[in-house]
Amino acid sequence: MILLDRVTKTYNRKLGPSLDRVSLHVEPKEFVIVVGQSGAGKTTLLRLLTREERPTSGKIIIGGIDYDKLKDKDIPLLRRKIGVVFQDFKLLPNKNVFENVAFALEIVGVSNREIRHTVPKVLEIVNLKGKEKRMPRELSGGERQRVAIARAIVRQPRILIADEPTGNLDPKHAWDVIKVLEKINRYGTTVLLTTHNQDIVNKLKRRVVTIQGGKVVSDRANATYDGK
Amino acid sequence: MHKRFTTLGRILHTGVLNFMRNISLAIAAMAVMVVTLTIILFSIITNATFENTIAQITNKINISVFLNDTTTDTQAKQLVADLKKQPSVHRVVYLNKEQALQSFIKDNKENPATVTAASQTGNPIPATIQVFPSNLNEIQHLKEYLTTPEREKLQTPRSPSYNGKRKEAIDNITHATNVLRQIGALMVAVFAVICALIIFNTIQMAIFNRRDEITIMRLLGAKTSYIRGPFVVESAIYGLLSAVLSVLIINSAFLASSNALQASSLGLLDINYASKYFGDHFWALLTLQIAIGIIIGTVSSVIATRRYLKFKTK
Repeated sequence: MILLDRVTKTYNRKLGPSLDRVSLHVEPKEFVIVVGQSGAGKTTLLRLLTREERPTSGKIIIGGIDYDKLKDKDIPLLRRKIGVVFQDFKLLPNKNVFENVAFALEIVGVSNREIRHTVPKVLEIVNLKGKEKRMPRELSGGERQRVAIARAIVRQPRILIADEPTGNLDPKHAWDVIKVLEKINRYGTTVLLTTHNQDIVNKLKRRVVTIQGGKVVSDRANATYDGK
Repeated sequence: MHKRFTTLGRILHTGVLNFMRNISLAIAAMAVMVVTLTIILFSIITNATFENTIAQITNKINISVFLNDTTTDTQAKQLVADLKKQPSVHRVVYLNKEQALQSFIKDNKENPATVTAASQTGNPIPATIQVFPSNLNEIQHLKEYLTTPEREKLQTPRSPSYNGKRKEAIDNITHATNVLRQIGALMVAVFAVICALIIFNTIQMAIFNRRDEITIMRLLGAKTSYIRGPFVVESAIYGLLSAVLSVLIINSAFLASSNALQASSLGLLDINYASKYFGDHFWALLTLQIAIGIIIGTVSSVIATRRYLKFKTK
């Protein structure tokens, strides 16, 4: 589902690579946690996957799409196949919960009838039923992040990338978000989660890839994380 | 296909919403566009009016060929036929001696002494061929054609003749018209560029205000055309409304001039004709103005968005 082969990303040659020959293979329906301290290269990795950045060298293939052969005009089509959740939610402040989720469908030309049918179902999955009319400013951090997740999964992507989705949340809301991600994974979506929250990693007991100084230093199943 | 219509509908809807949200910036952009389109419309009407004035005067000018009394009817008809074949000739009228006298009497009916003198001296008016040129610049060419030896011998010594003063007046009008046309074209060009630059800036500011929204749309997989569409629609609305306003301004100006000033002409400009021309061509002019407005708006917004909406993957 996700294949990185010796991927290197260098922004400034004097500072050295932000990612250094990273290789990673994620199977369909897997739940993989990428851990590492701030500046380790987690966000760079995710930005490469969403094609916000190009690798300096190495190969990336996601869902059968070879990034070397991907033209700029086809980037939107790639992003439609990947759901992305951001640490800062990236919700549209002038749209309510329903409209924020519907927005992801509107931009790909889904009909209004289908939107009215699909969005409530997704809001139910993320436990936001009844809050459709709320504006983002009227929601807690956890609720906002669940709106962002709903928006990311409403197009039923095969891959969901979550970049530190619990970074701005208190423990209770953080766990609400993680439970939603687990639920989505159970439905068959491949989840790639980046975090540096020890507690979450240790309780989830999933495959953990540790990045340090831009390199993958460990890749273990049912692993724990000591925060280093 | 249905999906495309849905997307198009959403782009139009978002464009209209953005226009209303962005109304203060829109007013500034539209003000300049209204001025530009008004100048364009004014230039079109002025041009048509000048053309009409010149055409009216040109119609009245002709070369008179006075034939000798010795010239036979056959020779006169042959000359008429030859003249009709000339591409520089619009119309030819042949008056034999009797018809020429009747025409003279008619033209001088307010001067009975002259008429009496002409009638009593046994018709001194020669048979005349009136030659109407296709345009004023052909007069000299026709004069040369008529003064070749074999044609000259058919005519009286003061033939051919034309009203030189009138030609001079027409030349002056034509020159003034050309100068005004050039000034008009220059003003249109200058204002069109200013207008395009202001719309360009307005759209750039709108893009800047909505940069977060655009980033989110990008990350969610929106195509560039979907992001650009509403900005283009917004600019097209500027063009549409400005065109309608410019036509209303010109319409009001004509109403004001006919009601308040009761003027029929303003210098060289025949207001009555200009007003009639505007009325007769109202829908065509409105359509043209809308087309020009929409073109200026969309082209500037496409250029503005092109710069900012490129994928910049590093």
